[in-house]
Amino acid sequence: MEITYLDAIKQALDEEMTRDRNVFLMGEDIGYYGGAFRATEGLYEKYGQWRVIDTPLSESGFTGAAIGAALMGMRPVVEMQFADFISCAFDQIVSVAAKNFYRWGGKTPIVIRAPFGGNIHGAAYHSQCPEGWFFNVPGLKIVAPSNPYDAKGLLKASIRDDDPVIYFEHKYLYRRIKDTIPEDDYIVPIGKSKVIKEGEDISIITYSAMVHIAIEAAHILEDEGISLEIIDLRTLLPVDKKGIYESVKKTSKVIILYEAPRTGGVGAEVAALISEEVFEYLDAPVVRISAPDTPVPYSPPLEEFYIPKVDDIVKAARRLAAY
Amino acid sequence: MDIEKEDLLRLYYFLKLTRGLEDRITAMYRQGRILGGVWTSNGMEAISVGYACALEKNDIIAPYFRDMGAFLVKGITPRRIMAQYLGKKTGVTGGNEGNVHVVDINLGVLGYPSHLADNYPVAVGVALSFKIRGEQRVVAACTGDGGTSRGDFHEALNMASVWKVPVVFFCNNNQYAYSTPVKLQMAIKNVAERALAYAIPSEIVDGNDVVAVYQAARNAYERARLGEGPSFIECKTMRMHGHSEHDAAKYVPRELIDEWKKKDPVINMESHLISNNIAKEEKLKEIGEQVVKEIEDAVEFAEQSPLPEGKEAIEGVYATPV
Ligand SMILES: Cc1ncc(C[n+]2csc(CCOP(=O)(O)OP(=O)(O)O)c2C)c(N)n1
Repeated sequence: MEITYLDAIKQALDEEMTRDRNVFLMGEDIGYYGGAFRATEGLYEKYGQWRVIDTPLSESGFTGAAIGAALMGMRPVVEMQFADFISCAFDQIVSVAAKNFYRWGGKTPIVIRAPFGGNIHGAAYHSQCPEGWFFNVPGLKIVAPSNPYDAKGLLKASIRDDDPVIYFEHKYLYRRIKDTIPEDDYIVPIGKSKVIKEGEDISIITYSAMVHIAIEAAHILEDEGISLEIIDLRTLLPVDKKGIYESVKKTSKVIILYEAPRTGGVGAEVAALISEEVFEYLDAPVVRISAPDTPVPYSPPLEEFYIPKVDDIVKAARRLAAY
Repeated sequence: MDIEKEDLLRLYYFLKLTRGLEDRITAMYRQGRILGGVWTSNGMEAISVGYACALEKNDIIAPYFRDMGAFLVKGITPRRIMAQYLGKKTGVTGGNEGNVHVVDINLGVLGYPSHLADNYPVAVGVALSFKIRGEQRVVAACTGDGGTSRGDFHEALNMASVWKVPVVFFCNNNQYAYSTPVKLQMAIKNVAERALAYAIPSEIVDGNDVVAVYQAARNAYERARLGEGPSFIECKTMRMHGHSEHDAAKYVPRELIDEWKKKDPVINMESHLISNNIAKEEKLKEIGEQVVKEIEDAVEFAEQSPLPEGKEAIEGVYATPV
């Protein structure tokens, strides 16, 4: 049966809660109401108020509480109502969760679900892609699925993982992306990228919602005789170096495509890795296509300008093809 | 405290304007003319109108997102607000910020981040600057009951009290934070009890009574101006719509809404003015008509205003461009 990206998330939570009694959920309005985006609908009725906990409006507080429960062997999954509000929990994530294991061997298996991304007219505080803020924090894992199969498999893997994982789920994909996925239990391993489409000429390295515009661009470019290879990173931290290098060795030209601001994030890191490790395979400069370094604007023409578009990819690919 | 007739009529005018403007925005949202979410202060207008009307012109407000009344009282025009909702260049942020983020620092309105209670410590800093410079100004900060669960809220109250700075904290206790009832938010009965722990004097007022809010605010501002430090005012009210206009709020018992319908702050004020012989029906009708005209003028202005151009998105990131 076809399910949405959002259903895949709900299924993963439900199945993991059934499989393991230590899995429980915390967040604002996730219980009785079923969550601002309805990702936890029905789970409160099924598992009760102590496994689907409606918290006070205290992101730092409930993230810290999740860490404490995790140290006692529980597997909490917390929801940020919007990824933007993860900043309120920043200290607990970077100072406590991420460092426990290295400092003193304290395993902290928490998952932080963070609905992120723009294109929904949400402006500065309901549209951000904050993955870059956490890119510089050793000890954290970061994943960002682009489709229902990965959404389910990566969430299950994150819950079963013994480290803190930030799970960025894209609001724009929730109901727009559907797929038929296997009924049986499976996981998508953390740390592994996926070749979404094989190609010869240019590698486009991307993740989450941007995967879908890369696919559109690939169709357009195919007609022009330019063949794109699309790599969906799926895990951002630690990033799949091997998958990236293999593709670069094959195509020798790279576009890194992401929705976050340009500076200091996935684009910078992937570009640096490529120039350090596979420089001699390159035939052209590495190109980044991203949002500009500004907060996310509201007015439609501004937001339209802000978010990377199919046309940006097509133009960049033509430019690279000329090398 | 005696309140002049003029002041009472001013309160009434802003109640009507706030209600009318937000109703118009809601209607436009339903027609798909406003992008993003729409959150209103419907049924709670007396709080922001009351606390803002009691301020002096050069005082500052550090609002949250249900403070439309205060934006209007501070002098931000319906035209500029409507243009903001439509993402137009003539709106208060030129299209950069989301519709509900109404702001104009030149009129004493600080912009608020969505992150609830973030503006509480900021308000303390505003008050601190007044204290350091010896200015007789105050700052009014507002947040919802949910916002009071954040650490920033508590850190702000503590600092304000230790430093005795001229800030007055308002809490719009509308009984729900999105779907979360106050009883899941805190184990105390009144939000005002939070202030006790910081040795901040507090008061609980009927948030649907604009005169009560106005009076409590004025007293607190006076204390602040005399150097006696912060106060906390909890305004009890009810959120009459969903959290935002897309939320049907099925989690709110019908009876609660019916009960609070009887305490509508606009109708409340109308009967107060009439039964105390402060104004005649014609006068109120006249105000109502004036308000409608202003709102329609604002809609026309906003619709005729230009949108920003896409490439303007990258302007204005730094105050001192490098
Ligand atoms: C730090 C933070 N977390 C979550 C949200 C999402 N959110 C927006 S409004 C809201 C409920 C606010 O309730 P309350 O403070 O009581 O104000 P009310 O809406 O009732 O006026 C939530 C959870 C937010 N804005 N900020």
